[in-house]
Amino acid sequence: MPESIVTILDVAIGGLLLGSIYALIAMGLSLQYGVARVLNIAHGEFIMIGAFCTLTLYTVVGINPLVCLAIVGPVIFVIGFLIQRTLFTKLRTSAPNQAAYEGSSMLATFGFMFIIQNIALIAWGADYQAYTYLNFGVNIGGAIFSANKLVILGFSIGIGVGFYTFLARTRMGKGIRSAAQDATTASLMGVNINHVLALCFGFGAAMAGMAGVLYSMRITLNPFMGLQYTVIAIIIIVLGGLGSIPGAFLGGLILGLIGEIVTKIDPSLSLAAHYFMFLPLILVRPKGIFGK
Amino acid sequence: MNITAFTFKKSLVPGLLLVILVALVTLPIYGSLYNVILVTSILMYANLTVSWVLFSGSTGYMSLATAAFFGIGIYASALFLPTTGAVFPVLVVVLIGGLASSLVALGVGALTLRLRGIYFAIFTFVLVVLIMELGIWWELSVSHLLGRYVILVDNNVIFYTMLGIFVLVMLTTFFIRRSKFGLAMRSIGENEEAASHIGINVTMVKVITFAISAFFMGATGAIWATKLTYVDPHVAFNVLFSFMPVLMAIFGGMGNIYGPVIGAALFAYLQETLQTEFPEIYMISFGFILVAVILYLPNGVLGLIQKLWKRISGGKRAHT
Repeated sequence: MPESIVTILDVAIGGLLLGSIYALIAMGLSLQYGVARVLNIAHGEFIMIGAFCTLTLYTVVGINPLVCLAIVGPVIFVIGFLIQRTLFTKLRTSAPNQAAYEGSSMLATFGFMFIIQNIALIAWGADYQAYTYLNFGVNIGGAIFSANKLVILGFSIGIGVGFYTFLARTRMGKGIRSAAQDATTASLMGVNINHVLALCFGFGAAMAGMAGVLYSMRITLNPFMGLQYTVIAIIIIVLGGLGSIPGAFLGGLILGLIGEIVTKIDPSLSLAAHYFMFLPLILVRPKGIFGK
Repeated sequence: MNITAFTFKKSLVPGLLLVILVALVTLPIYGSLYNVILVTSILMYANLTVSWVLFSGSTGYMSLATAAFFGIGIYASALFLPTTGAVFPVLVVVLIGGLASSLVALGVGALTLRLRGIYFAIFTFVLVVLIMELGIWWELSVSHLLGRYVILVDNNVIFYTMLGIFVLVMLTTFFIRRSKFGLAMRSIGENEEAASHIGINVTMVKVITFAISAFFMGATGAIWATKLTYVDPHVAFNVLFSFMPVLMAIFGGMGNIYGPVIGAALFAYLQETLQTEFPEIYMISFGFILVAVILYLPNGVLGLIQKLWKRISGGKRAHT
């Protein structure tokens, strides 16, 4: 196969991989902001916690990182559920209006960012850490990819599609979608709104955690890595339209591809490129590409 | 209300302010070096908080760009006050820092102040991270530096400069609040549509206020850099400085001009104490305090005191 096609394939797979991770993270934040109206500044910290838990479970206990998905996901879900059920429910009911609630809940999540980061700092230290798993080459049509890339890609797309099906097909998913449209009306129609919003926050946090589990196979971890993913997730959900789950998924894939292309040109500019794209977009079309 | 009580009250506040000002100005004479440094960092936070409230408190636009303007000020010092061959005197650099920040604020404000609600907060938050990333890229690939050193300046000079900025920002806030301009700002905060319908040029008012508040943030950053002595983009554009003023303002209460100052002073003191007494759990406990403040003190410490005072003094003062 000619050199150029291999390069294109390489960038495409890399971009899809990054994009599918971004998509998971952004879907999580989209649930938290789009439905529960909490712009979670601590979103990236759940990724970091998921990644570090996997590192410990794999290197110390010897549990397969893919099995960790089934451990870390539910645990983080419960934590997220309880946070929303106790703290944000109190904030939501005592806030005079929607804007005040959005502002104060965002500030509270900033406090969480501090707490989680520093718990991680005490637990795992400030050094960069990494582990290797499934790090062997797989030959696809002449181009060689490491196996973990393909596993991550498969699992993250699987989780994303699975969750979308859950939203679209189940009764609970219907409740979540109705709360996303109008929380007050939904609660009048018999949706237990506090419960649904807590579910959303929990699912959002769990998706971030699972993204962390998957992505930990490929990156070096440190306690302060979360913020950049939070910012990327914010950019994607604005890109895709606040509250739109398919928008978050597609936006994630697009941003991942762009990030990979820029990385090919100048790696030190890739993060800046993400943000730079976002600024004109929010000015021209603040409702996002897929927003109504 | 009788006349004597009124004139007494009228002279009480300026008198008290004068006493505080004199106490601050003479602090380096009677206070220890530790106290001077502590008060300097309190003043730094107070400057940021008061200038944040100047814009966001009245117009209701939550700006998270404080760290960007503060960082631009810090970088002004890093560029013009390097350890080898400082180009300008400190005060000129402080001015440069302020002006650079307010120029950026003019540009950013003109572009973004059309965004409402959470979009403005998101935009300004991303702006800080963008500037930081661009700074890292610039240092790595253009200037080939990881960080920069800033000349050491005498602690008293830093203290007096910080105090000077503090007095200026307080006076600016005071006069803007009393002016027609301040009235226009508050009407934007209450109802922007209505404000523009009665003939207020809302965009101009917002952009100018944004630039004024950015000026003080930049100036504060420029003098703060001489205390840091080592500067890199992570230090200069730390998002912490975007959120701290908001939290301090909430902590103190935004209802009047003193609330943010009290909030900043209490919070900065708390931070210093926690940092020196319990360095291991300082950041965690700080996080818990932030969450607790949001949860239990929505009107700030002053609001709480006022509420308690009302309860103690009965219904008599309840509606004044």
